[in-house]
This record gives sequence, structure tokens and C-alpha cells, in this order.
Amino acid sequence: MEKRQVTCINCPLGCTLDVEIHSDDSISVTGFQCARGEDYAKKEVLNPTRTITSTVPVLNGDVPMVSVKTSGDIPKKSIKSCMLALKDVVVEAPIYIGDIIVEHICGTDINIVATKEVKKK
Amino acid sequence: MIYKDIVIIGAGPAGLAAALSAYENGATDILILERENYLGGILNQCIHNGFGLHTFKEELTGPEYALRYIQKIEELKIEYRLNTMVIDISNTKKIIAINETDGVIIIQAKAVILAMGCRERPRGALNIPGFRPSGIYSAGTAQKYVNIDGYLPGRNIVILGSGDIGLIMARRLTLEGSHVKMVCEIMPYSGGLKRNIVQCLDDYEIPLKLSHTVTKIHGKERIEGVTIAKVDAAMKTISGTEEYVSCDTLLLSVGLIPENELSRKAGVKINPTTQGPFVSNSLETTIPGIFACGNVLHVHDLVDFVSEEAVLAAKYAIKHIKGIQKNEKSIPVYARDGIRYTVPSSIEVCEVMKMQLIRFRVSNVYENQYISVYFDFERVYHKLKRILTPGEMEQVILPKNWFDKYPAVSSINIAVEGE
Amino acid sequence: MMYDTIIIGAGVIGTNIASELAKYKLKIAVIEKNTDVCEETSKANSGIVHSGYDAMPGTLKAKYNVLGNQMMADFCRKLSIPFRQNGSLVIAHDYNDISKLEALKAQGIMNGVPGLRILEKEEILRMEPELNKNVVCALYAPTGGIVDPFQLTIGPAELAVQNGVAFFLKTIVTNLIKTNHCFQVETNKGIFQTKTVINASGLFSDDINNWVSGHKHYIKPRKGEYCLFDKQVGSLVNSTIFQLPTVNGKGVLVTPTAEGNLMIGPNSLEEYDKEDTMTSAEGIRYVLEIAEKSINIVPTAFIITGFAGLRASEIGGDFVLGEAEDVPGFFNALGIDSPGLTAAPAIAKDMAKWVATSLNAKLNNNYISERLRIVRFDEESLEQKQRLFKEDHEYGRVVCRCELVTLAEIKDAIHRPLGATTIDGIKRRTRAGSGRCQGGFCSPRVLEILSQELKKDIREIAKFSEKSTFLVGLDKDLL
Repeated sequence: MEKRQVTCINCPLGCTLDVEIHSDDSISVTGFQCARGEDYAKKEVLNPTRTITSTVPVLNGDVPMVSVKTSGDIPKKSIKSCMLALKDVVVEAPIYIGDIIVEHICGTDINIVATKEVKKK
Repeated sequence: MIYKDIVIIGAGPAGLAAALSAYENGATDILILERENYLGGILNQCIHNGFGLHTFKEELTGPEYALRYIQKIEELKIEYRLNTMVIDISNTKKIIAINETDGVIIIQAKAVILAMGCRERPRGALNIPGFRPSGIYSAGTAQKYVNIDGYLPGRNIVILGSGDIGLIMARRLTLEGSHVKMVCEIMPYSGGLKRNIVQCLDDYEIPLKLSHTVTKIHGKERIEGVTIAKVDAAMKTISGTEEYVSCDTLLLSVGLIPENELSRKAGVKINPTTQGPFVSNSLETTIPGIFACGNVLHVHDLVDFVSEEAVLAAKYAIKHIKGIQKNEKSIPVYARDGIRYTVPSSIEVCEVMKMQLIRFRVSNVYENQYISVYFDFERVYHKLKRILTPGEMEQVILPKNWFDKYPAVSSINIAVEGE
Repeated sequence: MMYDTIIIGAGVIGTNIASELAKYKLKIAVIEKNTDVCEETSKANSGIVHSGYDAMPGTLKAKYNVLGNQMMADFCRKLSIPFRQNGSLVIAHDYNDISKLEALKAQGIMNGVPGLRILEKEEILRMEPELNKNVVCALYAPTGGIVDPFQLTIGPAELAVQNGVAFFLKTIVTNLIKTNHCFQVETNKGIFQTKTVINASGLFSDDINNWVSGHKHYIKPRKGEYCLFDKQVGSLVNSTIFQLPTVNGKGVLVTPTAEGNLMIGPNSLEEYDKEDTMTSAEGIRYVLEIAEKSINIVPTAFIITGFAGLRASEIGGDFVLGEAEDVPGFFNALGIDSPGLTAAPAIAKDMAKWVATSLNAKLNNNYISERLRIVRFDEESLEQKQRLFKEDHEYGRVVCRCELVTLAEIKDAIHRPLGATTIDGIKRRTRAGSGRCQGGFCSPRVLEILSQELKKDIREIAKFSEKSTFLVGLDKDLL
């Protein structure tokens, strides 16, 4: 049986979760203060994921950059390639919140979406 | 001279929430003055998640949180002026501002809400020895370069300060391609949220060196490296632990200071502990009709609390305009053993509705200690807290009936107690 | 091209000599190794206009200190240089030291310093309530003052340019050779030929002298470290507070600055490396400790920055001024440590006279004696602010909020003669970035303004020297 400790990142409480991975591959979690904590711990030991935020340059906008985020979690191991995929992306104003900047980033079903509005200059 | 009922200085989260709350409380004559080219203040550069869990019951990025308010402001056509810098406020609430379209603007306000936020402590204030090369930035300035302007401030980075801003920037710069070599923290514990240690440092294998500080800056033209060293419990350098770390960039996340230059000009009394104004529970400063909320009052950890505070400040600003008579009785609130400061620092009982919220921070890390509240010498509240740290703002809620029970109370005292 | 005069060094001495010499019809050039004027000792000193009691009678220091002090108020007014005659107080804690104060007073009188008085405790504390209560007596010198050393250097430099003086920046003198009919000034940018040379090169002025003259001089630098405090405590003291001078110099001062900050320093340490202007933990600790003898409370919570400068002290202990005996045409302004800043206008006047005489120069009847208008928006009345705005809307855009510096002022600082090309250049000309947030708010904006106005890639905009750039690229460039 494997024992691990993870810190839940779902909310600012940051509960310390104790995870036991049993010989039959089942997982038991203790220390969570909400259901999301239990789910997080299981995912974190099996297939850790993260949401990523970044910026993308905007042409003809009232500001030079638009902030973006992944519309959901992506596998932790895909973070680097996700950033590389964003490297040459440029968009044009106007941008509205929620606009899809890149669809299905790095072969996932997650999109990169805008998190702010950029008006035309 | 322009006449306005309410003038709000700053359109960051505090100013925006105050403006909306003023409107919702019946104000029609509101003016927001903002020095940037956009509304939203610091939220625009806080592109990471973690905002709004309390306010909107969802996790938003900074700009998304700001947009919720900005959209309403635009819809309701609440008046604001961008690129406008307030350069003076008098104790009679006369405001002088300036911008490129109108020139000098003089506004006589009935009520003023201070929402100017805070600035960062610079390298100079720490007097880290060495030359004065380029490549040294405060974390917020670096964040502006990366997130607003789209520029990278450096390639090989050492960060001093493990508060949330330092941690967030560690991740941000790594994602954008810089190499963050380490985060140094002078205290034996990090000032940031545990979740940020995980997703900003652990995820990217960035070492966190607790009880370490930067003792020297190397390089004359551009920074070439830093000397770091371990410190003891008294925060003095332990000789022999010095280590040279080469880098071309040093980011400093070493403290936020409420920006009260204008408040001082108005004659508002400033609490030397918080560097923010003394306020009563109606968030009114020592100058009648001037209110304060958000980081200009005291540095917050959660934007949701900033919004809450701003909503309240606006509510009382409207009351002030309506000329609602106040009972003069005001009870001072004292920060005693283990408590660094409280906001508010006085309570006007007549303003207490169902309950009174007092926010505070402790001065040290405490484990399994009690937060106690005394009405004069009578202990009315005594709660065990597993952990208390200076990095996390705490609160106590006093029900109105306690004030009824002790009508002659002359002081409220909050302290950390062992039992 | 043959110059009449080449001045080596664009510190406060070099630029003041240039602007004085331009009053004659001469072809003048100033050669400066750094990217801007005022980059060495002239930018890192106490900014004090000494009254002159401290200099040894009969020395050039004494003579030019008093002359410079007399000239300073008028000089600064004409050139829009911030200056205030705030008076100096040399304090003593021990009655046994009264004789030392008396000796200083006597020395001052011999030097021609007016108004010197010994004050008793009561009067001192009335004048300066924040002084250490253990003070027993003090020497009061009413002609002591404070000046902005940057403007004292840059103002005359601009005037020199307005009057046709050529400035060659980023130009290092690598050798100096006297031929039969002229001097060859060898630099990294080529060889200059000139009839006369004025050596105002500060820390390296001994090297330059020793290349041509048999009368050798040696600069032994002494480092001085300072702490600068928020304007909130800028009026903690009104006069400049000195302690009794020692063999190492005037000691640690506590003084307001011409810009309204409080400054404490300097110490005085031998420094072998002429490029070492690092501050040290011990040095800063020392000046703060010594300052406690002068004032009750040293407001350390209000420190905004620290810096260090090197004094170009000649081992003989006095200024070396004038034509080298063995090298006609080669003029020294060498070993200008304290009271060099005070002496600058007076040294410049005499030096210009000597060089002009040696060249038989005629007066320049078209001499422009007024600098281009310099606006300090922060100091203007509301009505004047509005008038300025009507003239140029960019006075309405505040860039540095700590010091209230507008876009119009920053652009002007770039486009003026010898305009700023760096962040530090903007700071010294406009004060943008020298406030309590130390550029945290304004530097991204100033960087962009410099990039736009100079039509340079923002990555090339530097703090002072070419290598001291800020931005390394765009987001994701390094991925």
C-alpha cells in the first residue's frame, strides 16, 4: 500500500489530504473538508491536471495583450506543450470574454478562451 | 468647479464595488476617478484563478472578476473618467484631479471614498547592499510587464518573498519561458496560500528556501547574481551560510504599503501599523464624509473581502450624504497581545445592524491558541484556532445583542490567548 | 578638425567649465566616457553648498569654496537649479569640544565666511527641535546651503550645447599625447586634435595628467555611502546637521535635500577600486548609527534607497587647478573632492579665464545665457498648471505619481539639448522614478516613452549604460 500526501488546490483553504493507494488499485482519501477535495486527491495521484492562464498578443486593441485561460483542466504533463502551442498565436480586436482563442489545445477537448474584453483601438 | 455627491478614487475592485453599491443604495450622482487607461485596477494584471469564490461562488481569474463589475457600471452608465490622476484632496472634500482631455478638474464632493489600493516596497527600502544595476523589479511591476505589456523582464530569475505575488510570478515567468531558480523567504514559513506553493513552486520544481534572504546584489550594469544566506530566529544572517546564485533578474515581493499620500493631504489620521486610515465600523475615516475601503485601508488577501468592505463603505457614504444623524458614542477597538491590528479601530454602536464584523491580523504564527474578545474586562468570545498566521486575515463577528447586553462598554479588546 | 579646447569629463566641473568657456569664441568639445553627463561622483554626493569654515586657510579649497558659495544663489536662480540656503549646524555633545567649534569658526573667518556664530543649547533646540537632546553647543553657518547636484551639472551642460559646445558621450580617452603644435586626444571613437586640454576627469584624472606631465598626481578614492528617506520626513531638520569633522572628512550629515527628501551620510572609506560604488551592510549601518548622535530618532521605516559615491581625492589634499607648469596648454581641474560641488561655478569662471587668455580668445557676443524653459509642473500653482495644460495637453498626463511628473516634462527631458536617453537620465532631469516607490509605477511607462521618442526597440532602453537594459524579449520568446 502506498501512502501519499497532497495539498488540495481547489480553494484557498488548501486542505492537506492523506491518500492511500491499496494493492487492488483502489484509493482512499482522508482530510478533505468538501467532496471536491476527495476528487482532487484521487485525480492528483492518478492523472494530475491543472488549469493554465496566460496571455496572447492582440492587434489593433486598446491594450496590447489579452489574458486567457484553459476552459477546463489539462493534464499536468501537457502544460509545456500547451505553452509552446500558444507561442505564435496572435489575435485581433475586438475580443470578448469567453472567445475561443485556440480550440482543443494539445489534443485535449479543452479550449483556450479569453478572460477579458479588448476593444478595438 | 464640479459638484458631485460621491467621488470614488480608484476603479480597482474596491472602487468598482463601492460605485455599484452607491448606486444600489440610491445615489445618482457618482463619479469614479481612475488613473489607468482602463477600469479594474490591479485585477487586470492578476490573470490567474482564485477570485470570486465567496462573491460569485465560482473561481474566476482577476480580469473576469473585474468584468462582472465593469459590465454593470457600463450598463448603469455610472460616470467615470480614465487617465485621471487625483493630485490633492482637502479636508473639506475638495478634489483636484488632472487628465489629458480636461486639464485641471476641481470637484467638490459630499462624500469621498478612498480606494487607491497599495504600492510595493522597493529594493531601496530594504537597502540590499551592492551596485544599483538594472534587472531588479518588484513583483507587481514585473507582473505588469508580462501580463499587460507582453514583455519578459529577465531570463534567470531569483525571487525574494514567498507571499502570493512572489509565488504567482514564479509560475508566470516559468510558463512564459524564463528560468526561475528559486524563491527565498526570510521567515521560516511561506506567506502565501498552500495551494500556491503546490501549483506555483512544486509543479515546476522551483525550490523554496525558507529562512533565507538576499544579502548582496552583484553586477554593476545588469544584475549578475545574488548572495543568499540563512537567517536565525531573529532574522539575522548566519555567517558561513552565504551562497552565490547567478541570475540576471531579482524579483522582490517584500511587502505592500497602502497608498495614502492623498489621504494624508486630506488630513486623515493614519494608523502607523497598517499605514492605512483609522476607520470606524462605518468605514469612515477621522474626516467626516471621507471613507476608505480595500487595500488602501489595509492589505487584503482575498478580493471578495475587498468587495464586501467597499459595499459597506458606499452604504455609509450614502447615509452621510443623506445627513442621517449619528449618535456620537464610539467604542475604541484595541489590538492586544498577539494581534497586529484591527479594522475597524472604533465602533459606533448605532451603526451596528444585526452584527459587527471585525477583521484583524495576528503578529506571529500561533498554533492551537484562542482568539478572545473582551468588552472592557468581560470576556465575551473565546474561540480555539488550530492555526493563525500573519499572512491570513481573520475575523470575529459580534452579534448586536452583545452590545445591548453591555450598554456601558467603553472598550473592545481582541487578543490571542493560550487558554 | 582642430579644437581650441577639449574638456575631458562631463561631471559638474567639466560641464560648468564648458558653459563658462562658451562665453568666448572658441571651438570646444567635451569628451565623456559614460552614456550621459553626471554619471560619476557628480551624481552621488551630499549635495551640500558648504559655507567654507571647514577648509584649511590658504588652500584652493578654501578660496573656491567661499567664492562658489557666494555665487551659488544667483547662479542657481539663473539656471533654474533647485537650491536653498538652509544654513549649517556643526554640533557638539561635549563642552570640551567648544574649543574645536571656536577653532572652526576662526578658520571660517580667515576664509572669509560671513555670519558664523556659536549657539547655546536652548537656541539650537529651538531652531532644530528634532536634534539629539545631548547637544550642548553648535557652530551655525547661515551661508550653508543645499543644491540639486544633477541640475548643477546638467543645467550648465545644456547651456554649453546651446552655445555650440560639442559633447562626445560614450567616448573614452585612451591616451593623451602632446605634439609640437597641439594635443592628440586618443579615444575609442578616434583621435581628436586640440590646442588645449582641460582635465576634469575626476577619478581617473591622475592617469590623464600623468600621461603628459612630469608633475605626477595620485587620486586615492574614498567611498561615501548614503541613505535617502521619504519626503514625509524631509523636514525633520531644516539646516544641514554636521558633527565635528575628523581627519577623514566632514563626517556623517543629516540634511534635507534640495528636492525635499531627508538624507543621511556619508561615511568615508578608502577604496582602491575606482569603479566600486557598491553600498555595504556595514556602511549603511554605520551612517545610521552615527546619525543617532545628531537626531533623536532616525526614521529607518522611511528609507527609500541607499547609494554610494567615490570622492576623487588627490593625495596632496587640495584641488589641483590650472596650467601644468611643464605642459603649456594642459589645464588641470584635478582632485576635486569636497567642497567641489560648491566650488564648481567659481572654478569654472577662473578656468575659463585662464584658458581663454592662453588662447587669446575673443568674447562670444552671441552667448545665450538662458537655458531653455524648464517646467516643474508639481511646483506650479493651479492656475499655472491649467495654463500649461492649455499650451500642451500632455501636461495633463501624470506619469510619475510619487513626484508628480507629467508626460510633457518627460518628453521635454528627452528632446532638450543633451536630452535623456536612459531611465536614470530621465530620473535626474525630471525626478520621475526618484520617489517613494522608486520607479515601481512609472518605469514601465517611462521605458515606453523613451522607446517611442528615441525610435528605439524597447529592449534596448537602458537604466544608464548600454548593458543595463531591462526587457529581454516578448512573452514566450524564450520558449
